[in-house]
Amino acid sequence: MNDEKYIDQELAEMAAPFTVNRREFLKLLGGGIIVSFSLENIYGWGEPAQQRRSRREPDDLNAYLIVGEDGTVTCLSGKIEMGQGVITSLPQMLAEELEVPLKSVNIVLGDTDLCPWDMGTFGSRSTKFYGPLLRAAAAKAREILIELAAEELALSKDKLTVKEGFVLEKNNPKNKVSYASLTKGKRIERHLEKDAPLKSVSDFTVCGQPRYRTDSLVKVTGDAKFAGDIRLEGMLYARILRPPAHRAQLKSVDTSEAEQMNNVRLVRDGDLIATLHPTPDGAEEALKKIQAEFDVPEEDLDHTNIYEHLLKLPSESNIIEQKGDLEEGKKSSAKLIEGSYYNCYVAHAPIETHTALAQVEGNKAVIWASTQTPFRAKDEVAEVLGLPAENVRVITPFVGGGFGGKTHNGQIVEAARLSKLAGKPVQVAWTRAEEFLFDNYRPASIIKIKSGLDDQNRIVYWHFENFYAGERSSQMYYDVPNYQTVMRGGWGRGGSGTHPFGVGAWRGPGSNTNIYARESHIDVMASLAGADPLEFRLKNLGNDKRMQRVLNAAAEKFGWKSAKSPSSRGHGIACLDYLGTYVALCAHVEVDKKTGKIQAKRIVVAQDTGTIINPQGITIQIEGCVAMGLGYCLTEEIHFKGGKILDTNFDTYEFSRFSLVPKIEVMLVANPNLAPQGCGEPAITGMGAVMANAVYDAIGVRFFELPMTPDRVKAKLSEA
Amino acid sequence: MDSKTIRFTLNDRPVQLAVREDRMLLWVLRTEFGLTGAKFGCGEGFCGACTVLINNEPVRSCQYPMKDIEEKKVLTIEGLAKNGELHPIQKAFVDHDALQCGFCTPGMILTAYSLFLKNSKPSQADIIKALDDNLCRCGAHTRIIQALNAAAVSMGGGKSR
Repeated sequence: MNDEKYIDQELAEMAAPFTVNRREFLKLLGGGIIVSFSLENIYGWGEPAQQRRSRREPDDLNAYLIVGEDGTVTCLSGKIEMGQGVITSLPQMLAEELEVPLKSVNIVLGDTDLCPWDMGTFGSRSTKFYGPLLRAAAAKAREILIELAAEELALSKDKLTVKEGFVLEKNNPKNKVSYASLTKGKRIERHLEKDAPLKSVSDFTVCGQPRYRTDSLVKVTGDAKFAGDIRLEGMLYARILRPPAHRAQLKSVDTSEAEQMNNVRLVRDGDLIATLHPTPDGAEEALKKIQAEFDVPEEDLDHTNIYEHLLKLPSESNIIEQKGDLEEGKKSSAKLIEGSYYNCYVAHAPIETHTALAQVEGNKAVIWASTQTPFRAKDEVAEVLGLPAENVRVITPFVGGGFGGKTHNGQIVEAARLSKLAGKPVQVAWTRAEEFLFDNYRPASIIKIKSGLDDQNRIVYWHFENFYAGERSSQMYYDVPNYQTVMRGGWGRGGSGTHPFGVGAWRGPGSNTNIYARESHIDVMASLAGADPLEFRLKNLGNDKRMQRVLNAAAEKFGWKSAKSPSSRGHGIACLDYLGTYVALCAHVEVDKKTGKIQAKRIVVAQDTGTIINPQGITIQIEGCVAMGLGYCLTEEIHFKGGKILDTNFDTYEFSRFSLVPKIEVMLVANPNLAPQGCGEPAITGMGAVMANAVYDAIGVRFFELPMTPDRVKAKLSEA
Repeated sequence: MDSKTIRFTLNDRPVQLAVREDRMLLWVLRTEFGLTGAKFGCGEGFCGACTVLINNEPVRSCQYPMKDIEEKKVLTIEGLAKNGELHPIQKAFVDHDALQCGFCTPGMILTAYSLFLKNSKPSQADIIKALDDNLCRCGAHTRIIQALNAAAVSMGGGKSR
């Protein structure tokens, strides 16, 4: 079972065909050049083939970009901006292909009425899959502009080139005509086919250059609008009655006191009981007056016995790759090594909680929402309100962090239902406790590895068993003659008895656990072989020059000195392949044996992301991966008892803060022959292993379970 | 509880408002004044997204009742730029890409501003200590520190690094 299919399964429900007649929309756009294309192109060309499954091909067009009559370029994208920086990198690609200044490119993101359908913003896909389409659309527009100019200037097309918003004669640059004058009074619609020639990387002038974020100004002045900042006349704020735990049943409820309060409206629709008030604190006060009793089932499952539970579940065994003969591998092993690696539930915990403002009037709905999947939200709202999808518009303002958690849109559906019932615009902004309760956590999971080294310290046997982590990055990239990778249930599998609450994609889904396990186990073997962890990796990678290159780059930058681990220096190394992006990391840590506190002092990351669009953006994404990733290594863990989430705020659920974040050095390893790959997630997936390996090197204690909290460090040290 | 007229200074402007004294400043700013730069992040004072300055001290506005605002000076992120000119800290955030999603940014900038008022030459350790209870989930930490080091220099204090 392919991991991408888990995502696909999850997304299948959002594949409802949309019925917006984009021809109608295109009529409203006025003049200029409009380059459009259909979803067939997206799925037949830009996206992996398996994504096409279960989707009906719509027959309408999707506007992608418009060169307006004033010469400005408007990009319409169903992606959303949640900090990852597409608001800068997508216009950068357009500016490159169209040869216009970056500042003359406008971008509209995540508005389901204006933007072409998009599956959602996740999986480090925007640049990799969406970028080529956008560039092709821009290249098409460039072709049209040259055609128009050829007529205007009475020159053949091959004598013309484009520069800074003008088409000009190659041999006489003063003979030129602006895009604005070419498009003035015209209306040209073109449908993108596969023939538009893209610029070659070596001709890049805008891409490949560091670009600062274009949204900084509004974000430092407080002007940036997030979903919770949108104000509508007469809007009400909602607070919703919540159960204390998953699977709790409402036994009795008395809303009379709340209903008597000034300006409070109580809304009840089946399971949905909410207080509405012109202020959020007023709604909260009213909610507190509701007397509710719940039956909470007694359940024994908690964060201490979850792994035992998961391992006991009957599970299918699904071999996803194998090579050679495992028995042969075992026989040729001089040393056999087994290890089980445990990784816990962690929360997405964006600082902006799930928020939406819905305005349902008659048979139309407009929703401003913090979401990574606006088009999915549109379909969900249409369904719950019983409206045709074209009557629902989802607008995505700036999103205050997502990390995979805002692919689920519970708050949007709630706001839509409440607005319909109240006949007013209604804002739903989850509290932090609600955010924890309804999050779809990174799943708790176990990886069991059996491996063998021959007498030359080569890995000759590898058996990798994955329990519920998700498949991504399970595959072997070391040169091992006999191996097998087995899925015993992915994150979306196993039925309702598997996890006591929702789980889902968390920045680098599957891979955080898989790479933690594999790269820890490689270190265990290196140590047993008495070999330096870097040399052991290089030796066992066979002919994987690309991986060796990033490893060497990271090691050189770090100043890696060969030594057998544990060396007491606190140096760790790890490498990985995340969906085509290659990463190597080195870490230096210090461990305070008294307090058990682990402090990273320095982290070096070398990354080969293929062709680089925005080196500044990639570097920042990598820094973010390291800083955020330290949290799951050292502090983050969801505590629960049955369906009750014991962590309700950041007092007990701790993640990276300034004092935890070390010096981070990033090296981008050039690889212009490869198309741009993703960069929002890869580096975070190596953090578990590089930190565990560095800690082992520091104190000789191997952590088979994350996070490495001070209490666990102290306990391990006292055992040792 | 009845409303009471509370007078205070908001972004250098004297204001008065009839309001319940137990309402938290965050909600009053966001709903009565339309100032949405202070964000709701956790509602219990743990994250710092709602930080504003009261008499130049950073406070968690989600925990700060209106009765304690009387006659005080409140500064929100909207009041930091003067005459359309960014404050050097805001400028440094822009120049260093010291933000990602931007949700924690107003709280970060105001907390740093308060630090700089008290200590014109903060060390990196001073900066980390002042900002350590302001949470950023995207991982912009290193850029924020670089921005503040640079701001300290541009404001005439600090040391170049």
